[in-house]
Formats: sequence, structure tokens, C-alpha cells
Amino acid sequence: MIRGFLFHIGRYTLLLRQVFKKPEKQSIYIRKILVEMDNLGLDSVGIVAFISTFMGAVLCIQMAFNIDTPFIPLYTIGFVTRQSVVLEFSPTIISLILAGKVGSRVASELGTMRVTEQIDAIEIIGINPATYLIFPKIVACVLINPILIILSMIMAILGGWLAGIFTGLVPTSEYVFGIKAFFDSYDIFYALVKTVVNAFLIVSISGYHGFYTQGGALEVGASSTKGVVHSSIAIIVFNLILTQLLLA
Amino acid sequence: MIEALNISKAFGEHLVLNDVSFRFETGKCNLIIGQSGSGKTVLMKCLVGLFEIDSGNVMYDERVFSRMSFDEMKVIRQELGMLFQGGALFDSMTVEENIVFPLSMFTSQSSEQKRDRANFCLSRVNLENVNKLYPSELSGGMKKRVAIARAIAMNPKYLFCDEPNSGLDPLTAIVIDNLISEITQEYNITTVINTHDMNSVIEIGDKIAYIHKGKLWWDGNKDSILHSDNPELNDFVFATELTRKLKQI
Ligand SMILES: Nc1ncnc2c1ncn2[C@@H]1O[C@H](COP(=O)(O)OP(=O)(O)O)[C@@H](O)[C@H]1O
Ligand SMILES: [Mg+2]
Repeated sequence: MIRGFLFHIGRYTLLLRQVFKKPEKQSIYIRKILVEMDNLGLDSVGIVAFISTFMGAVLCIQMAFNIDTPFIPLYTIGFVTRQSVVLEFSPTIISLILAGKVGSRVASELGTMRVTEQIDAIEIIGINPATYLIFPKIVACVLINPILIILSMIMAILGGWLAGIFTGLVPTSEYVFGIKAFFDSYDIFYALVKTVVNAFLIVSISGYHGFYTQGGALEVGASSTKGVVHSSIAIIVFNLILTQLLLA
Repeated sequence: MIEALNISKAFGEHLVLNDVSFRFETGKCNLIIGQSGSGKTVLMKCLVGLFEIDSGNVMYDERVFSRMSFDEMKVIRQELGMLFQGGALFDSMTVEENIVFPLSMFTSQSSEQKRDRANFCLSRVNLENVNKLYPSELSGGMKKRVAIARAIAMNPKYLFCDEPNSGLDPLTAIVIDNLISEITQEYNITTVINTHDMNSVIEIGDKIAYIHKGKLWWDGNKDSILHSDNPELNDFVFATELTRKLKQI
């Protein structure tokens, strides 16, 4: 168990060193990064917006029902919704959703390429397959995930606002006042640092599992699962570490 | 000319290649034959550096390949083409993009030049009007041809084919074999072919290595293989009723 863990950490580190070797031809990489941004990022806009809106609405309603004394002002609902969304829900929970979506896609794409010898075919031409395949995906996600997470924050806050109006629990003026109250831009910085780290973890870990797939179609499925599970665990662990480092 | 000198390769406890030496001649079809699982693919991947060998040496025309770094290998890799067992075409690219992929990565040719080269390679394997198709839209035989076209796109000096006609009907199989043989002679390439198909052996076996139990068990050519007195080789060669009958004639 421990030996297995150390083996994976070692091989993962070596793979990352390969990934960040100098790319062969930069124009090709720029095009690949754009394609991956489309594949891995734009493709997730819908699901991120959908989940965020509903979660924002639920957060708002839960807060509203928990505040039943008149001593706590109603704008607290807006404030707490914003803080939960910015600090934890968008950067961590949405990253976990993306670990499922992006991670399984990356791992199964690379795994399929491995078992059908497409990775060998790249290497045989004299191209470093780790750089060629994984580097553009990492860069694409590191660039596009912050945009997705900002979108998620906006949609969640909007969702909360809509829920407040439709249930009649929070009037717009109170909600908006709460959203603006005690705003600290450092929170956004903290959220974006987490997002970027999570993006890196998702692509590199699921890429690692895909890249070293051995066998056939069944093993591609197994790699995909491992990619999702291990990147989710890494996200949770790094969430704690980064929170301690950045907020404490 | 490629030389394998005392190559050994194990996966964990499992010794797949045990001290194999062989010389693959220029301008000839050099065949590696043996049963499924005998280590043909492993040997080929050792030759091209996809597997690291445990001991021995691989020489490409006097250049010691087996001890080179990835960057040093690049020089030789641009002189070699490989046809993988399943074709290994890039799913996300069209036929034309597959063929010009090495050109795009290593040359600064214009798109016209690359298209011309793709069309030339495609015509060389008797295909046309498939440039814009994706690999999933091709039949098995067409995939192999496109894979050959990609392998010869960079004018290789060395060509490796892993079971070029597995999974094909006998007629298409012969066509692919002859295509590889023609290309080999026309461009004076050192061609290495893995096969367990006796038709190919008889058709194009200029030089043959028989791998058995991880060893080079026998070597010769398409004429001597029918008259050998090596029992394991004969079991392999005369495995079918048809070939046994032919032997009696
Ligand atoms: N990557 C690998 N890891 C472990 N064992 C392998 C690997 N590749 C091949 N082998 C083993 O090496 C032996 C020879 O395989 P291979 O060269 O693919 O046979 P074939 O002659 O059919 O091409 C098989 O027993 C196979 O299990
Ligand atoms: Mg094989």
C-alpha cells in the first residue's frame, strides 16, 4: 500500500518533468491549447452554470430558514450566501464536479491512445508524448477553470437572489446589500488560487492514470475511475492545506 | 542495416527476450516470425526504443541506438517509420492530418507542399479521395494503408511493420504485403516485419528470424524455411493441414 503510493508519486513526478520539457514547435502547441480550452472548458459551461444556480438558490433558502430571530438582519442571508459560494462552493465543489467531467475525459482519452498504441506512434516520430498530450490540457484548464469558477460564483449568487424573491424570504434590497457587505478581494484571490491548483491536480493526475494505462478497453475504464477518484482526493487534501496557508 | 546484438528484455520475472542477435538487411523485407506471445512486438519495440532493453545493443548503420537519450534518438526517429498492429491512427485527426503530422512537427513546409506529400503517399498505397475522412470512417484494410502512408511520409530509411496484415482478408493481406515489399525495394529501405502468417513468409521473406521461447531459434529465408529440419520451426511452419499436404508434394 505505502510502496504502491510511493511508486505512483515517483512516477507522477517523473511524468511531470517530461510534461514541462520545452515543446517542439510552439505554433502547434498554441493551437492545441485553444482546442483543449474548447474541449475541456467551454464544454463544461452548461453544467457549471446549472449546478451553481441551483446550489445558490438552496444556500439562500437554507440560510433564510435558519435565521428566525429578528436580531439577525436579513441581509446576513446575502452575505453568508456570498461567503459560502466564493470561499468554498465554487472553487472546491465545482472543481470536484469538473474532476468528474474533465478528469474522466482526460484519462479515458489518454488511456485509449495508450492501448491503441497512438502514444507509441507519437513517440516513434520523435515527439515527447507527455509534453505533446498533457501540457496543452494543463495550460488550457489552468486558464479556463478560473473563468468557469467566476461564472459559477455569479450564477450561484444570482440563483440565491432568484430564490429569495420567489419564496418571498429575502427582498432584493437586503440580499444585494448582503452581497456587497464586508467584501474583501483577498477572498477572490484565495478562491482563484484554489481553482488553479485544482485545475492542475485534475488534469495532471487523471492524465497520469490515462498515460500509464496497460491492457485494453476495461483498463481504460479503470484508469478513468482512478483519475477521477485520485484527483478528487487530492483536491480535498490541497483544499485543507491551501486554506491553512492562505487564510490562517 | 539494423543490428540487434545480444538483446535481452524481461518484464519483472518474465524473461521475454533472451540474448537475441540478428542483422536486418537494407533493401530487404526482414521478417520476425513466431507464435502469438513469443515476443515479436517486444523485440520490435526494443529495436525502435519504445522499450528499454536490459542488456545488449541496437545499432542503426553503426550508430549505437540503445544507449542514446531521447533527444539523440530523435535524429534516428526521423529516419524511421512504423506501422503499428492496430494502425494507431490518431482518432482526432483526418487521414491527411495523420499523414502530414510528422511534417507539421518537424518541417516548415507550406500546406500545399504537405498536401502534395499526403496525396503522393496516399497514391503510393492506392488510396484517393480519403483525405478528409476520419479513421473511424475507414475499413480495416484502408486503415492499414493510411498507416503505411503515414509511416512513409518522412521518406524513412527504416520501416517497421507490426503484423501488417493481421485482421485482414487473405486477398487484402497479400496486397498489403506486396505493397510493403515494393516500397522496400523502390526506396532501398531496411524493413522489419512481424508476422505469424505463413503466406507473408513465403511471399516476401527475404530474411527470416524465428523467435521461440525468447531465443532466436532459427534464421534463414523463404526458401530454406520449407526445408529446415528444426522440429519447433516445422511445427510452426506446417501447423495447418494445408501446409502439411503441400510439404508432401
Ligand atoms: N508492457 C508489457 N508488460 C509486461 N509484459 C509484457 C508487456 N508487453 C508484452 N509483454 C509480455 O511479453 C510477451 C510477448 O508479447 P508480444 O511481444 O506482444 O508477443 P507477440 O509475439 O504476439 O507480438 C507476452 O507474454 C506478454 O505478456
Ligand atoms: Mg504482437
